[in-house]
Amino acid sequence: MGIYLLVGAAGMAGALLRYYVSIMIEPGWMSGFPLGTFSANMIGSFVLGWFTTCIVALKKMPPPVLKAIGTGLIGSFTTFSTFSVETVELLQQGLWEAAFLYVFLSLAGGMLMAGLGYHVGHLIYRKGKSA
Amino acid sequence: MILNSVLVLIGGFFGAVSRFGVSQWMNPRFSSAFPVATLAVNLSGAFLLGLLVGSGIGEMWLRLLGTGFMGAFTTFSTFKLENIELLAEKKWKLLIGYLAASYIGGVFLAFIGMTIGLL
Repeated sequence: MGIYLLVGAAGMAGALLRYYVSIMIEPGWMSGFPLGTFSANMIGSFVLGWFTTCIVALKKMPPPVLKAIGTGLIGSFTTFSTFSVETVELLQQGLWEAAFLYVFLSLAGGMLMAGLGYHVGHLIYRKGKSA
Repeated sequence: MILNSVLVLIGGFFGAVSRFGVSQWMNPRFSSAFPVATLAVNLSGAFLLGLLVGSGIGEMWLRLLGTGFMGAFTTFSTFKLENIELLAEKKWKLLIGYLAASYIGGVFLAFIGMTIGLL
């Protein structure tokens, strides 16, 4: 039961951080492009990749704390529902280019960021092990 | 601002707990390489957020149930990490299927939700 409370508490922090990022980063660069959600999703993808191959692999923190940070904090910081609704809103406003770019950049950029974090984390982990 | 933050905090707590609960319940029951739990929360969350936005509920409800609950219930980072894991294991078909189901399904279900919400 305690792990649920930990995940929930970390989820509060993740959701609030995402809310603030979305307020601070105005839609810009391209008319209507949801830069706030996009930024949170890219940052979160990188950080979760790094966290998984480095911090989780090092096993220096208790498993419930690792779950709380990975699933609760980082998982709640990023969002898929807002991404989906924003894409439909762009399509309904006739902003086809922005909608296409949003989906494409989320798909490819998210994998790139997660992959980058994954490899960077693994490198740091191996350095830490050999040191 | 402060009230909105509190609403996002409360929603975020229950959203994260619910997502964790779904994954705890589903993962032992579907021991496949396909990440069913993440797909289930992301698709149902996209539909439900569409429903909320479409129905035009007020700003406060949107912060509590939308930004807070649905935002935390669904996840992008875990989805992308699972993409990378499928890629690393060279499970191409699963990866393509996961990407297609998530993006096409998510946008389609959000659209259906928003349309029903307008009724």
